[in-house]
Amino acid sequence: MRHLLSTTDLSQTDALAILDTARELALVADRPVKKLPTLRGRTVVNLFFEDSTRTRISFEAAAKRLSADVINFSAKGSSLSKGESLKDTALTLQAMGADAVVIRHGASGAAHRLANSDWIHGAVINAGDGTHEHPTQALLDAFTMRDHLRDGQGSLDGLNVVIVGDVLHSRVARSNVWLLDTLGANVTLVAPPTLLPVGVETWPCEVSYDLDEAIVKADVVMMLRVQLERMNASFFPSAREYSRRYGLDVPRMATLPDHALVMHPGPMNRGMEIAADVADAERSVIVDQVTNGVHVRMAVLYLLLGGQEG
Amino acid sequence: MTPDQEFLTDSDINRAVVRIAHEILERNRGADDLVLLGIPTRGVPLAARIAAAMTTIEGREVNVGSLDVGMYRDDLRLRPTVALHPTVIPVDITGRTVVLVDDVLFSGRTIRAAMDALSDAGRPKAVQLAVLVDRGHRDLPIRADYVGKNIPTAREDDVQVTLTETDGTDSVRLVRAGGN
Repeated sequence: MRHLLSTTDLSQTDALAILDTARELALVADRPVKKLPTLRGRTVVNLFFEDSTRTRISFEAAAKRLSADVINFSAKGSSLSKGESLKDTALTLQAMGADAVVIRHGASGAAHRLANSDWIHGAVINAGDGTHEHPTQALLDAFTMRDHLRDGQGSLDGLNVVIVGDVLHSRVARSNVWLLDTLGANVTLVAPPTLLPVGVETWPCEVSYDLDEAIVKADVVMMLRVQLERMNASFFPSAREYSRRYGLDVPRMATLPDHALVMHPGPMNRGMEIAADVADAERSVIVDQVTNGVHVRMAVLYLLLGGQEG
Repeated sequence: MTPDQEFLTDSDINRAVVRIAHEILERNRGADDLVLLGIPTRGVPLAARIAAAMTTIEGREVNVGSLDVGMYRDDLRLRPTVALHPTVIPVDITGRTVVLVDDVLFSGRTIRAAMDALSDAGRPKAVQLAVLVDRGHRDLPIRADYVGKNIPTAREDDVQVTLTETDGTDSVRLVRAGGN
């Protein structure tokens, strides 16, 4: 593994290696010195063309816990055209000696472009590209499920995961569908037809329009954020109607099996796709997801940068 | 000399483990404030065996755990990434004496990494080292406090330790370089 661009590139062995490494690295957080010397002298660049709080901070924390030097590059407000700016930025980073570039970009395929160019020689980690993929989010979701429902061991064989909401715009949903399928889980996507992408029937998952029916057998319910900034077209009649049919409120949560987890990649619209009382409920592992994000990103950085080059 | 020589049999290993257990107890005047930490992979079952022997002698539980040093190695960039092993430190090591346990002492680099890892886990009163085999050729100023067997080797030779827990049988073999 040289880059992490998409969860479709990961075999089950690769994915389990990342999760197992993350499990060991999670123990570092309990120690008096929460730092390992492993990536000393390596430079990790966070190249963020889109806004992000938790992903950028999470990658920064992960790199720092491994003693890497971190450079944060926020391209917000850049007036350069995308193609030029990505190339020029990459050449600059290469000249500065970046060993890894963590990239978030509004255009699907940006990470792939960077990895398959000769602009940069370091590892490329996709931290979200357009509506395409967000592999480390899917890995931390899988880690959280495995931690809570499988004692942190093995695959997710037979686990029923329901992913609800704006699948059309969600890179989190895409990355999760492929990764969870690789790990043996059964995924059901629930969304209004307008928020499902063309070609979803070819994905390795079930599709349903009825949330109440889907959640009865769920081991995990993952609520996706309604991406208000992308809601310029009329995807649903009103926020209230969406919330009624596809939101997770307290009565609906009560129909879940007792052991089932509620997840959300954040940031949440409380009261929209998830009720505040649900977000703060005992079975909600949303805060764990953030914690696990650091462990999983440490594992990815270690596996990409820790060993021999090339 | 034969190219492939069994230096220690299963009963030799048992005797060495029991002797090391006695030596540790003698040197430290009992098992108070002792923590045995095995270095993965084969140091972990060895530490457990030494701890079990000490328990038999003293009639009380001995703290035993494991310390993964993979992330602290100085040759990380010279080889592919290694899988991580669990680090289990059963009690706070600060103020206690830690006995590191490994199967073979060779360059000393693993032990250097282990001492770095230890300093991130706390501040032990003292650190001692127990190894099943000392084969010489140190790259660093490190020596073992407890040694099962000193085996003279050439730098290119290969010392192969197998243990029941990890490999199914107990043995220590010396494979001479260029032998067949």
